[in-house]
Amino acid sequence: MELVSQHAKGIMEECKLRARDQGLKFDNETLEYIVTNRDMIELSPKIMIPTLYDYWVHDVKVLSGKGMYEAYPSNPYETVINTRPAISFYNDNNPDWLNVMIFYHVLGHIDFFQNNLFYKNTWDIDLTGQALSDKRLISQLRSEKGRWVDYAIEFSRGLDNLVGYQKELNQHITRDTRQPLTRMDYYFDIFLQKIKNVPLHEYLKEITRYNATIKTNEDFFDQVTGKYPEFEELYKKELSIKVKSDLDVMEYIIRFSPFLREDENNWIKSVIQIVRNTSSYFQPQIRTKIMNEGWASYWHEYLFMRDDRICGHEADFAKVNAGVTSMPKVGLNPYALGMRLVQHIKDMEDKGCYSLEYMFLKDEVGKKKYNTGQNSGDDFILKVRENYNDFTFINRFIDQEFVTRHDLFVAGKRFNGARMSWEYYIKSKKAEDYKQMVIDTLYHPPEIFIDKTGTKDGILYLNHKFENKPLKLDFIENTMVGIEYLWGGPVYLETSEPVISNQTATNYANFWDPSSSRTKGGKPEPVKWKRMLYVMENRKLHKREL
Amino acid sequence: MITLDELLERDRRREEDGFKRKIRIGKIVKPGSGGKEKIIIVPTTVEEKFVHDDIHPDQEPGEGEPTGGTGEGEEGDIIGEQPVRPEEGEEGEEGAGEGPGEGEGGDHELESNAYELGKVLSEDFQLPNLQDKGKKRTLARYVYDLTDKNKGVGQVLDKKSTLKQIVETNITLGNIPDVNDIDTTKFIISPQDLIYRILSREKDYESQALIFFLRDYSGSMGGKVTQTVVSQHVMLYSWLLYQYDKQVETRFILHDTEAKEVPDFYKYYSYKVAGGTKVFTAFKMVNDIVERENLARDYNIYVFHGTDGDDWDKEGKQTIEEIEKMFNYVARIGISIVEHSYVGSKQTEVEKYLKSSGVLNNHSNLIKLDVMNEDADDSRIIQGIKKLIS
Repeated sequence: MELVSQHAKGIMEECKLRARDQGLKFDNETLEYIVTNRDMIELSPKIMIPTLYDYWVHDVKVLSGKGMYEAYPSNPYETVINTRPAISFYNDNNPDWLNVMIFYHVLGHIDFFQNNLFYKNTWDIDLTGQALSDKRLISQLRSEKGRWVDYAIEFSRGLDNLVGYQKELNQHITRDTRQPLTRMDYYFDIFLQKIKNVPLHEYLKEITRYNATIKTNEDFFDQVTGKYPEFEELYKKELSIKVKSDLDVMEYIIRFSPFLREDENNWIKSVIQIVRNTSSYFQPQIRTKIMNEGWASYWHEYLFMRDDRICGHEADFAKVNAGVTSMPKVGLNPYALGMRLVQHIKDMEDKGCYSLEYMFLKDEVGKKKYNTGQNSGDDFILKVRENYNDFTFINRFIDQEFVTRHDLFVAGKRFNGARMSWEYYIKSKKAEDYKQMVIDTLYHPPEIFIDKTGTKDGILYLNHKFENKPLKLDFIENTMVGIEYLWGGPVYLETSEPVISNQTATNYANFWDPSSSRTKGGKPEPVKWKRMLYVMENRKLHKREL
Repeated sequence: MITLDELLERDRRREEDGFKRKIRIGKIVKPGSGGKEKIIIVPTTVEEKFVHDDIHPDQEPGEGEPTGGTGEGEEGDIIGEQPVRPEEGEEGEEGAGEGPGEGEGGDHELESNAYELGKVLSEDFQLPNLQDKGKKRTLARYVYDLTDKNKGVGQVLDKKSTLKQIVETNITLGNIPDVNDIDTTKFIISPQDLIYRILSREKDYESQALIFFLRDYSGSMGGKVTQTVVSQHVMLYSWLLYQYDKQVETRFILHDTEAKEVPDFYKYYSYKVAGGTKVFTAFKMVNDIVERENLARDYNIYVFHGTDGDDWDKEGKQTIEEIEKMFNYVARIGISIVEHSYVGSKQTEVEKYLKSSGVLNNHSNLIKLDVMNEDADDSRIIQGIKKLIS
């Protein structure tokens, strides 16, 4: 691993100037390294963080990565990690024109990392430094506790997709703007409604009285403290409670696990905390793949074409760029989709199409010709990159104009029994369907929380909020073995499973000869769901219907 | 950097600590020219978490996962198709088109990887070593060893034999009046009593194995069942390769309602989804091949069959008949039945007729049956192998 040449660094610095001119914002300092293919294979299981803690699963992935590389060699152009300063890895010293393109792409990523609000929880952390100290702690623990450290890591990682990322982010974002709870808010919102449970007419009477006191400049709370002497005490108590939303499963275990409370197991808490922090750090990245890649691709194309340093390499660029950003005939390419959507948003906003007037237009010709000439697209996409994540980005901006303009469709795949083949066909060209198809591919871990009423007598009761998607059954047992270990007692999980009737069994058998089910006609019955309770006790899993 | 051996050692310790093993042996297929793919063996593992399953119970049967697409056309237009089975034509071109050198290279790479896997299986997963290597038939090489004895002259004095000889001579001479009280100083020693070991040429025989892999690829064998069967056969193949020190030949046979032989392991495991099931066809084909090519004389023959237990011939008459013919020459028949999870606790047809026919008991040293569920993990599969070769 070595820094890029001074010459290449010079190119990078010039790229920064031009990118800033277009409104991108990022820190001055960046680090660029040349790495070998071997380095890449060894880094990728560690999410490209060179200082991430050691763990055997990473080693397994490195070994299989090497095998994979032997069979299917491929080298990424660049990889950027969201650190301060931002670090990027390159495969080799590329020709200058290619460096210009890649550097613009990298700057797009860095701009995204440092401005998108969903990354706010990562802005104040020096990840490489943090990871290094975690790594040292883990290796020190390993020298004392041996392989039990690896079990602790394994079981913690079994839960690391359930981190309460959104709740934490919410606190980060509202931290600066949050108002302290006033005496009046407490009185009307909490005290009267939740503690005293006063009837509605009395509540309204208090409001009228409050409005009256504003006019007369009387102290409203004189009467209150007279009527409820305990009010002041309760209000002070409420203020002293640190604002902390519901704990996620990992935090709950750290705080309340009877097993971890024992002195000799206390060290496991730090392991869980490390795994949890690492996972939280990468949550925004998983949730902004299409946007992040689309944003970087948009800017590398935009800036490259306006860069006078690379005159004469337009054809070379076109070839590489097409390889990265062309839309596949069948399949999804996040780079291509994201880039086209950013372009589309800019065009729509330039013409003023995100307006009520445009929305109410009924005729196609009118829509096509519509142009207010406001040319505010450049500012608008900068705001989009600041305030959206993949879900909101896709959900808000994929419209029929976009789908039609790029000839997009949902491609279906079905079995043709007569020809013994899979057929690909155009299933839908509607924006709604296309949008739903893309949304279905987004990262979406299940929502599983601690059920406070069920968690008692040493039992940890987890509740899965069902969203019409069952859990992967094969994984339940081992995950729960891990939780039981960390919790030190029985663990319950409530979730939903499809009701299996005899009907489904025949459907399954017919899958290999689907023509037979077709001739029967009619759609299969909608699936019914039932709530199941999984019980993990003494490393044995049972389940029963609720 | 940790090595594969260390990883497996760590994995073995998990069992001692009361947790399931987690490392599986994965295969990456590297496409090569002329159908000679290279298989790369790598460790893999899965990190279990609570995640949503990809299954869509609402989906219509025969319909795959939708994805994105771009291009011209109207809704309902077919834009492409992909055959479920590889083209039949491939096989024809296989024999004719490829050069011999290239072909062997491909084979060798699979073998060397599989040999390594076999070593790992024998050493790390503690699969038993073969006890009876069968009849020694092929003359492999000569070795020189100090095994022959010679009186009077030689390379190394064999002290124990010499002393015995001296005692014998002295007893004959009447020089030992009381065997309970021998006075060695009175011994008379002739030069002919000295026994030496001398270097001699020994013939070293090696066993040779021929393995038939039989796999049901009928319509019912979808998904995990096939994966499980193939995983087990990869491991069996690798293990035998190691046991017989690479003196292993393999034949691959697939069957649905009829059997066909395929030329290499890649085709053996990649062919999918065909029609109904007649198990006996595969066994019959083995019998035919053995007879036609006169293989029984020169090889230890193993036959392994993997199925989901479905058979159109519910009585299994023809199958049992073919199996009984086989008993005349095989070293072992190993049948693995991988049950679909929807089978429940019922016995599958193959299992039923194998048990009721009594072949399993009458020839318990020649035929073994292993029944497992389609969700079997690697450790279960390896256990199955132990059962099949025990």
